[in-house]
Amino acid sequence: MSFQLALELLPPTLADGLILGLLYATIALGYTMVYGVLGLINFAHSEIFMVGAVVAVELLTYVLAGSSLHPVAQLVLAMIVAAAVSAALAGLAERIAYRPLRRSNAPKLAPLITAIGISLFLQDAVRFVESLFGQFIRPFPSMPFFDIPLPLTPNDSVPMKSLVILIVAGAMLAGLRYTVNQTRLGKAIRAVATDRMAASLMGIDVNRIVMLTFLIGGALAGVAGTLYALQFGRVDPFSGFIPGLKAFTAAVLGGIGSIPGAMVGGIVLGLIEMLIGTFVPILTNNAIGTEYKDIFAFGILILILIFKPTGLLGRPSTEKV
Amino acid sequence: MAPGFPKRSVWLIAYTLAVTLLCVFVFTGNGLIDTAAFLALLVPLFIASDFDKCDPRVGMPVFAFVLLCALPIIGMRNTFYLDVAIQVGIFAVLALGLNIVVGFAGLLDLGFIAFFAVGAYLWAIVSSPHGAALLGVGFPLQGDAFFVVAVAAVFVAAGTGALLGLPVLRLKGDYLAIVTLGFGEVIRVLANNLDKPVNITNGPQGIAAIAQPLTEVAGALATTTAPAFKWQALIYYAVVLTLVLVAVLANRRLDSSSIGRSWLAIREDEIAAQAMGIPLVRTKLIAFATGAAFAGTMGVLFAAKQTFVSPESFDFNQSIGVLAMIVLGGLGSIRGVMMGAGLVTILNLQVLKSLSAGLNHLRATGFEIFGWSFANLPTQFEPSKYERLIFGLILIAMMLYRPRGLVPAQRRPISAKNAGRVS
Repeated sequence: MSFQLALELLPPTLADGLILGLLYATIALGYTMVYGVLGLINFAHSEIFMVGAVVAVELLTYVLAGSSLHPVAQLVLAMIVAAAVSAALAGLAERIAYRPLRRSNAPKLAPLITAIGISLFLQDAVRFVESLFGQFIRPFPSMPFFDIPLPLTPNDSVPMKSLVILIVAGAMLAGLRYTVNQTRLGKAIRAVATDRMAASLMGIDVNRIVMLTFLIGGALAGVAGTLYALQFGRVDPFSGFIPGLKAFTAAVLGGIGSIPGAMVGGIVLGLIEMLIGTFVPILTNNAIGTEYKDIFAFGILILILIFKPTGLLGRPSTEKV
Repeated sequence: MAPGFPKRSVWLIAYTLAVTLLCVFVFTGNGLIDTAAFLALLVPLFIASDFDKCDPRVGMPVFAFVLLCALPIIGMRNTFYLDVAIQVGIFAVLALGLNIVVGFAGLLDLGFIAFFAVGAYLWAIVSSPHGAALLGVGFPLQGDAFFVVAVAAVFVAAGTGALLGLPVLRLKGDYLAIVTLGFGEVIRVLANNLDKPVNITNGPQGIAAIAQPLTEVAGALATTTAPAFKWQALIYYAVVLTLVLVAVLANRRLDSSSIGRSWLAIREDEIAAQAMGIPLVRTKLIAFATGAAFAGTMGVLFAAKQTFVSPESFDFNQSIGVLAMIVLGGLGSIRGVMMGAGLVTILNLQVLKSLSAGLNHLRATGFEIFGWSFANLPTQFEPSKYERLIFGLILIAMMLYRPRGLVPAQRRPISAKNAGRVS
C-alpha cells in the first residue's frame, strides 16, 4: 500500500472511528453507571438501547415525517421520546427482575440470568410488534439535512449527522459528569456506589437511588439509540446485541464504573475498530476482511482484562471478604 | 400387596404399559395427538428416575423399558420421534457439560455452543469431500473413523476450552460471562469467514456430505418395511443413549470427587476456597475444559447425524437454549438438567411447532371462540418463531420464583470417611 493512499484514507477513517467511538461511549455510560452502583452487568441494556432506536425511527417515520419542524427539532423530539421509553423500560426491568433478587437470598448468578432473560424477551417482543406492521428491519427515514457534507480536509467531507452526534454525545457526557459530581443526587449515587449499607444508614433511600440510576442509564440508552439509527440508517430487533457487547467492551477498556473511562474506552475502541477494519484488509490484500474487526475488538477486551483488569481509567479495587 | 411394593409402583407400571401400547397401536397420523402420546411416554422416565419417591427396583426396569424398548419401537414406526429422542440426548449431554461449568463451578459461560461447533467442524472437515480438498491424501475419513474422532474431539474441545480459559478464568464471574459471549461470536465469525484465504469452513454455505458411522451395519439390517435410514437413526439413538449414560456417570462421579467439592467451594465463596488451599485458576480451568469436552464430543455426533454443518447451527440462541435447560431444570442437579434438556428440546422441536400448526389450522378454518374468529389472528402469531421470547420468560420466571430450578440440587453431606465415594 502506498503511503499516499494511507494518508488519504486516514482522515475519514479517524472521523468515522471517532463517531463510532462516541456511539459506543454513550451506550457504555449506561453499563458503567449501573455497574458502579450495583456491581451488576445489565445485559438488558443493549436491548433497551435497541428499543430506543426503534421508537425513534418509528416516530420519525410515522409521526414527525409530515411535520414542518426543522429536522434537528424532529430529531430532538424523537430523542426525548426514545429516552423516555427506554428509561421507563430500564426502570421496569429493575423493578421486576433485579430488585426482588436483591432482597431474596438468590444465587449469585441470578441477576445476570434474569438480565439475559429480559434481553431475549425484548428482542422477540419488538420483532413481534414490528412484524405486525410489516418488515421488522426499519430504515431510518430520509432526512437530507443530516447528509449535508461538511468539509473535513480539502478532499474529504463528513456528513452533518457526524457533527450532530459529536455535539449530542459531548452534551451527554458533560451533563452526566455534572449530575454525578455536582448535584445532591450525584452525591447519593456515589455514596450508594461506594457502600450500599453505609449509604442506607446515612438516610439514603438505596432503592430509589438504584431506580434513578437505571432511569438515567435507560434515558442515555434511548438517546444513544436514536443517534445510532441516524448514523447507520437502519434498526432491527437484533441491532442492539453487537453494539451492546462492544459498548461493554468499551466500558471495561476505560475502567468499568468510571464515566470518563467509558468515554475514553468508547473512543479508543471505535478508532481501533475503524482503523483495523480499513487498513488490515488493504495490508493483507483482503485475506483478512473487514468482518474480522469484531474479533479484534474482543481480542482487545481479553488483552485488557489480562493485563489491566481495572481498565485505562479505573481505580484498582481491593477484594472485600 | 407385598410390602415394599407400593400402590404407586403398580400405577407407574400400568401407566407405562398403557401408554406404550397406545403409542404402538394407535398411531393416528394426527400430529397433535401423536405428540401428546409421545410426551405421555416420557412422563414415566421422570417419575422412575426419582429414587427418593420411587423404589429403584421398580424405577430402574421401567426406565430401561421406556428407553430400550418403547422408544425404539415407536421410533422405528416413525423416525421423527427417534430424531426427537436423539436431539434430546445430544442436548442433554450438552446441558450436562454446561452444568459442570455453571452448575458445579458457578462460572457463567455464555458461549458454550462454540465448543460444540469445534467438535462439529472437526468431524465435518475430516470426513467430507470439502475437507478432502483441503487436507489432501488419505481424506475424507470413512465413517468408521467416527469413534476415533469423537474421542479426539474430547481433547480438541478441552484444549480449546483451556486455551480460552487460561487468560479469562482469573477474572470475576461477570467478566467471564461477557468474554465467553464474545468468544461465541468469534467462533461464529470465524466459521462464517474462514472460506478465504484458505477455504476451511466453506463460509456461510456450510459443509455438506459428511460421512456417517456404521452405514454398512444399517445397510445390512435393511428390509422392505424397515429401510436403512431407519436403522441408521436407531444406531444414532444407541450411540446417544450410551453417551448420555457416560455423561451422567461422569457428572455424578465428578460431583462427588474432590475436584467436584473444590468446584462447589469456588462457586459458594472464591476467597474462602482460596484460603482453604484450592488453586483457583487450575480448578476453574478443569471445569471449563471438562464442560467443553462434553460439547466437543456431541458436536462430532451432531455433524455426523445432520451430515451438514453451517454457522447457523451455532449461534447465540443455541448457547442460551442450553443455559435455559439447566436453569429450568436446576443448576447443579443432574436429574433436573436432564429434565430441562428434554423439556426445552421438545418445546422447541414439537410443542411450539404443533402449536403453530394448530393455530394455522384454526386460522384457516375460521374457528370462532366467544364470537371472535381465529381468522382475525395475525399471521405473525407463530409460537415456533419466538423461542427467544419463551426462553427469556423461562429464565426470568425461574430466577424469580424457583431460583434452584424445577428439580433442585440436593446437598449431599459427605463424611470424611466416605469422601471420594459415590453415594
